[in-house]
Amino acid sequence: MSAPAPSMYSPAAKAMAEKLGLKMGRANLDEFAATLMELAKANPSIVAVTSDSRGSGKLGPFAQALPKQLVEVGIAEQNLVGITAGLAACGKKSFGVSPACFLTARSLEQIKNDVCYSDVPATLIGISSGVSYGALGSTHHSLYDLAVLRAIHNISIVVPADNFETREVIRLAAKSKKPIYIRFGKAAMFNLHKAEDKFEIGKAIPLRDGNDVAFIASGETVVHALLAAGQLAERGLNCRVISMHTVKPLDTDAVLKAGRECRAVVTVEEHSVHGGFGEACASVLMQAGVTVPFRIAGIPDEDTVTGAQADIFRHYGISMEGLSATALKLLK
Amino acid sequence: MARPVLSDRDLALKSIHLRKQTLEVIFNAGAGHTGGSLSCLDILNVLYNRILNVSPEKIPDPNRDRYVQSKGHSVEALYAVLADRGFFPESELKTICHYKSHFVGHPTRHIPGIEMNTGALGHGLPICIGMALASKMDSALYRVFTLLGDGELAEGSNWEAAMSAAHYKLDNLTAIIDHNTLQISGRTRDVMSNEPIDEKFRAFGWAVKTVNGHNFAELTDALSKPAEIGKPTCVIANTVKGKGVSFMEDVAKWHHGVPSDAELKQALSELDLAETKLKEVA
Repeated sequence: MSAPAPSMYSPAAKAMAEKLGLKMGRANLDEFAATLMELAKANPSIVAVTSDSRGSGKLGPFAQALPKQLVEVGIAEQNLVGITAGLAACGKKSFGVSPACFLTARSLEQIKNDVCYSDVPATLIGISSGVSYGALGSTHHSLYDLAVLRAIHNISIVVPADNFETREVIRLAAKSKKPIYIRFGKAAMFNLHKAEDKFEIGKAIPLRDGNDVAFIASGETVVHALLAAGQLAERGLNCRVISMHTVKPLDTDAVLKAGRECRAVVTVEEHSVHGGFGEACASVLMQAGVTVPFRIAGIPDEDTVTGAQADIFRHYGISMEGLSATALKLLK
Repeated sequence: MARPVLSDRDLALKSIHLRKQTLEVIFNAGAGHTGGSLSCLDILNVLYNRILNVSPEKIPDPNRDRYVQSKGHSVEALYAVLADRGFFPESELKTICHYKSHFVGHPTRHIPGIEMNTGALGHGLPICIGMALASKMDSALYRVFTLLGDGELAEGSNWEAAMSAAHYKLDNLTAIIDHNTLQISGRTRDVMSNEPIDEKFRAFGWAVKTVNGHNFAELTDALSKPAEIGKPTCVIANTVKGKGVSFMEDVAKWHHGVPSDAELKQALSELDLAETKLKEVA
C-alpha cells in the first residue's frame, strides 16, 4: 500500500478550522470544471482548448458532453495559446487550459503578443499551479507566473482562494472581453466565505477584521492565514485577514488601509518571494510612504524542498503555525 | 458598388506604385524591412485585390476573410496595400514609426484592416488555426490566410500548428511561404537548412502548391480556392528579396536596410522606368 498523502493541516489547524466553522469544499479545479461545463452548456461560443490536459484539467466530462466545444491541441502549449487567441479573435469565448508551469513559461511570448498585445477576450487557466504537483519537482512548479504576468500589460491575474472565488471568477471570465489569467491547485479547499460576500475582479475580500497584524493572502494560502488569525486570537491578538484574489489589478486601497491601520503586515502567496504578490504590496506601501513591519511569506529563492504541496507549505512556513510565528516575530 | 476587376497588367502597375510607396515609407521612417517587404508585395497585391473578401466597410463583418501577417516585419508593404485599398488615407503613411504614431514598425490592431498584432515570428500560423477552427465551428464560409517568411520556418511553433491544421482538416486555411531564400544573417540554407519545404508540409498532411511569387496569374490560381478538400493549403511562393530594385535584389543586407537619399532616388528612377516600359507595352 502506498503511503498516505501528508495532510495540509496539523491536528491543531484542523481543530482551529472546526472552531472557526470552516467546512471543507472540493478542489478549485473541480469547481472550475463544473462551472465551465454549466456555462458552456448555456453558451455555445465557449470553447475549451487543452494540451493533452483534459484529464488533469478535469475536463473529461466536458469533452464527453460538449465535444464540439473542446479543441485538443496535443502536447503543444505555444500552439494552445495561439489557437486560444485566434478563437477569441473570431468571436469565441475561449479558455486555454494547461498546467500553469507550462502555460506561462513555454507559451509566455504567445500570452504576451497573441493574447495581451492583440487584446483578445481569451481566458488562460493555469491548472495545478504553484507547488500543487509537489514532489514532481521544479519542472512542474509555477513559482514565477505571477511575476512575469504582472509585468505584461493588459491581463488580469486572479488566484482564487476557495470554491466560491473560483466559481465567481470563471463566471466573470466567461463574460469578459479582456485577457484574464486564473490559476489554482487541485487540493480540496475549505470554504472561506459568508453568503453575503461579493466577488469583483480587483476588489479584495475581507475575511476577518483586526488591527494587530494584517494577513494579505492570495489563493490557496488564504486559509492558512485565516487559521493563523484564529490561533493568534487565542493570544489576545486581533488579526485582519484579506483574500487578495486579484493580484493584478491590485486592490491598492485595501493594501494601504491595512498598512496604515495595522501594527504589521504579512503577505502570503504560493509563489517565489521575488516579483510576486508580496512585492506588489510592498511597492504600494513604500510608494505611498507607509512604513510598517512587513514580511513576504512565500517560496524562497532556492531549490525548492522535495515533498508534497503540504510538505512544501509547512517547510516554508505557509501554515497556521508558520504564519503565526512570522506575525509574532514582526510584533516584537 | 462592385470593385473593378483588375487585369494582370493593372496589378503589375499597382505593384510598381506600391513598391515606390514602400520605399518612401521606409525612407521617411528611417527604419523598416525593405527586402522582405519588396519580396512579398506582389503576394499582398493579389490577396487584397483578388482573393480576400475584405474591405474598409467589411471590417466589422464576422464573415470577412482573415489575413494574419506572420512575417510581421514586412509591415511597410502591408501598410501600402491597405492604404491603397482605402483602409486609411495614404497621407497617414508618412507617420509610420514616428513619435506617438499609431503606425508601429510591426502590425497592430490599431490600424484598420489589421486583424492581430504580430512581429515575433512563429505566431501567425497557430493564431490562424484558431480562426479557421472558429470558422468551421460556426459553419461560416470565411477563409483564413497567413504569410510566413522562409527563415521563420525555423520557429518550432509553426510545426506544432502545421500538425494541428492537418489534424483538424482545415481546408479553409492557406499558409503562404514567402520563399526568398534569404534571412538577416544570409542564405537561409546556410543559417538553418529548411528544404525541402514542400515535402515537409506534405509530410505534415498539407496540400502544397509551388508558384512564382511575382506572377499574378499563378498566385491567383493557387490562392483562389483550397488546393484539396480536407487539407490545409501551403503555397510556396518563390520570390526575390528586394524585388524590383536592381541593387537590392537577392542581397541579405537589405533585410532591414534603409535607403540613403541617393539610393532612394535610384530605386525610384528604376521603378519609374519599369512603369514607363510597362505602359509602352500596352
